[in-house]
Amino acid sequence: MSMSEYKPLIVAFCCNWCSYAGADLAGNNRLCYPADVKIIRVPCSCRVNPMFILRAFQRGADGVIICGCHPGDCHYTSGNYYTRRRMATLFSMLDYLGIEKERTRVEWVSAAEGAKFAATMNDFVETVAALGENKRLEDLRCKK
Amino acid sequence: MRKCFLDKINSVFTEISKTMPLYLPTDSSDGSAVYKKWEDGIKWSDALNTVRSPKDFFFPQMESLMEFKTEGKNIEVIDTRQETEDFVIWGVRPCDVKSFEILDRVFLSEPVDSYYASRREKGIIVSLACSKPAETCFCQTFDINPAEPCGDVSMWKTETELFIQANTEKGEAFMEKIAGLTEECSEDAVSEQKEKIGSIMKKLPLKDLKTDAFGGGKTMDFFNAPEWDELSQTCLGCGTCTFVCPTCQCYDIKDFNTGNGVVRFRCWDSCMYSEFTKMAHGNNRLTQKERFRQRFMHKLVYYPENNDGLFSCVGCGRCLSKCPISMNIVKVMKKIGGKASE
Amino acid sequence: MQKITQPMLIDKAVSLLENGTVSCVFGWQKGEFDYDITPSVFKNADDLKENFVWNGFCGANLSKYLVSKADKIEGKILVFLKPCDSYSFNQLLTEHRFDREKVYAIGLPCDGMADISKVKKLCGDGISAIAFGDDTISVTTIYEDKPYEIALKDVLLERCENCKSKKCVAYDELLGENGDVLDSNRFDEVARIEAMTPDERFAFWQNELSRCIRCNACRDACPACTCEKCVFDNSDSGVENKAAANSFEEKMFHIIRAFHVAGRCTDCGECSRVCPQNIPLHLLNRKFIKDINEFYGEYQAGAEAGSRAPLVDYTEEDIEPYDVFDRRDIDA
Repeated sequence: MSMSEYKPLIVAFCCNWCSYAGADLAGNNRLCYPADVKIIRVPCSCRVNPMFILRAFQRGADGVIICGCHPGDCHYTSGNYYTRRRMATLFSMLDYLGIEKERTRVEWVSAAEGAKFAATMNDFVETVAALGENKRLEDLRCKK
Repeated sequence: MRKCFLDKINSVFTEISKTMPLYLPTDSSDGSAVYKKWEDGIKWSDALNTVRSPKDFFFPQMESLMEFKTEGKNIEVIDTRQETEDFVIWGVRPCDVKSFEILDRVFLSEPVDSYYASRREKGIIVSLACSKPAETCFCQTFDINPAEPCGDVSMWKTETELFIQANTEKGEAFMEKIAGLTEECSEDAVSEQKEKIGSIMKKLPLKDLKTDAFGGGKTMDFFNAPEWDELSQTCLGCGTCTFVCPTCQCYDIKDFNTGNGVVRFRCWDSCMYSEFTKMAHGNNRLTQKERFRQRFMHKLVYYPENNDGLFSCVGCGRCLSKCPISMNIVKVMKKIGGKASE
Repeated sequence: MQKITQPMLIDKAVSLLENGTVSCVFGWQKGEFDYDITPSVFKNADDLKENFVWNGFCGANLSKYLVSKADKIEGKILVFLKPCDSYSFNQLLTEHRFDREKVYAIGLPCDGMADISKVKKLCGDGISAIAFGDDTISVTTIYEDKPYEIALKDVLLERCENCKSKKCVAYDELLGENGDVLDSNRFDEVARIEAMTPDERFAFWQNELSRCIRCNACRDACPACTCEKCVFDNSDSGVENKAAANSFEEKMFHIIRAFHVAGRCTDCGECSRVCPQNIPLHLLNRKFIKDINEFYGEYQAGAEAGSRAPLVDYTEEDIEPYDVFDRRDIDA
């Protein structure tokens, strides 16, 4: 597969109350972002267990992005504050293990930010595409 | 008996590697010895033994048995077995050589484990006498002589020379390959070393450990012994002892869903784990005491019961040096076996 | 300062046992050799007098045993705590993992514990006796007539070389004098790895973690790993896996384990001490500790019972995940 054809697989965990609605708005507004982004709706960004992220990589994701409400706007008051701490430390650890830090991202996207959602996804897909396939957190058994 | 000089050992390795892969203990980055495939630049370790036993070569920690692919209503079964070529395991210690006999009785009795059998058939075991046993060694308890290594080929190492002798047909054929690099020699140096090893063995702290108390038919003598409580009370339930043990042979077979098929694999299991032999009705050993007891009863009573009195421990000492809480078979034998073990 | 000796501990334990203050004693039991010491529960004075050991090989952290045993034992338990064990003790109390009323804790000063594999590197195999001097140990082997004299500081466990604190932070009674929290160099190695390129870091960890045999000793010895049922043991979890299948599984296990104890890990170093493959697992935990200190302010788990772990806490001004890397790039 040549690089020009390479399309990264992106898993986006989106919180039900803001980012998922933001993605919906992006669609309603006919904003384009690559179909390689697979959205998984979660009740809150803090529902994302680190295991989910690793499993996504194991099963073939090349990048994982977590989208939640802006800090202060969490539907459950404080969920995204926990997300912020968890993901800051977890992603720092992945980087420490030599896994490209560009493959993981956290972004705050509100229900009104359809444009930001599309722009974020476009940018993230581009960044991950430039890195190529995820080789460092892959499970060869899943690639056959 | 033939010999070669240790400063020429690389040419021997080169010669062997021309026709088949050669695995030998080498020092890893953390200082412990580990089996690695020889290639130029890999140095044969002087360590007494490897942390992991060579059972990996015949009974790997994990192997894929088969794969399934589904398409519509069809299931395709794929045999993932790869043809094994001949290979050499170099420098196996006498205790570990004996462990293969113990594994053979499990995997080669009916129904034969064909995965194990094919590797066993292809493997050439080149053993090495122990010139400097450690305090954790107690192979003599199980009638293993560290001065008389078995296997296809036996070796004795001195400061400068390596003495080699074939024991089997496979061994003879192997010796042929390196005949040009070795020379005929007398057995004097080897006899001298055997004597020296014999005198060292008399100095080892565990020299008096006896198996007399144990063996087949003794289940009820020990099963309800009150000592199990005390012995197992601080066992962490990790699998270290079972995974470094050359004779532990329990495994689990599981399916892994890859998303586009299923891999059926086999992996080592440990009787120390809470999920060991879990069945539909639950676990049959609910406490760590029961799991702990299972491991030692298996080695000292159940296995000999089914295998003509052969114990399933070879006294390699790995569990003695690696158990996080330093609880091990020697302590168990002395406590449970009482005077008969000392 | 008066040195705390084995007979003093035995006397203390025997008197507490005999006057009924406690019903059993968590301590260390002598082994076959002078170094293979097993954590043990002593129930009577004779057993204590005969088998209790206190020397430079009592590395095992006894606090974790309180979780599984405190409920089951009638009466109070006497537990001996080295300074690092006392941090674990506090952390377990914070998490309500045992009943403080059930325990009589005696704090011990500690000069650092020896690593038998380091001793063996210097003296070889065949150890027949080990005796401790003030700062030295004398090792007799069956191969040499004269014992090896080794400085204790040369054979310390990694965690003791970089000891973070000589201060017992939890006890009912302290033997000897309490030490201080130390300025340690424990983050130096983490910083060294951070300074590598991503490729080098990946190669470093690949080499270390590929040795993992999934024996779970790190988890089982860890005083912070006290889940009733670990997710990796739970066949219903979907991630239960006994297999060291490939590099993914190894990473998954160690990342998740380190993350699960992040903010709660007291850096007692048991994981690295017990690893049969000598994987420097403490470097994963210390990375989290270092990050947490840098991102959210200095925090030492277990320093005070009842403190709130950083990952179950937040402030509105916390650093954003994307700023973590930006800041580091600017620093570099």
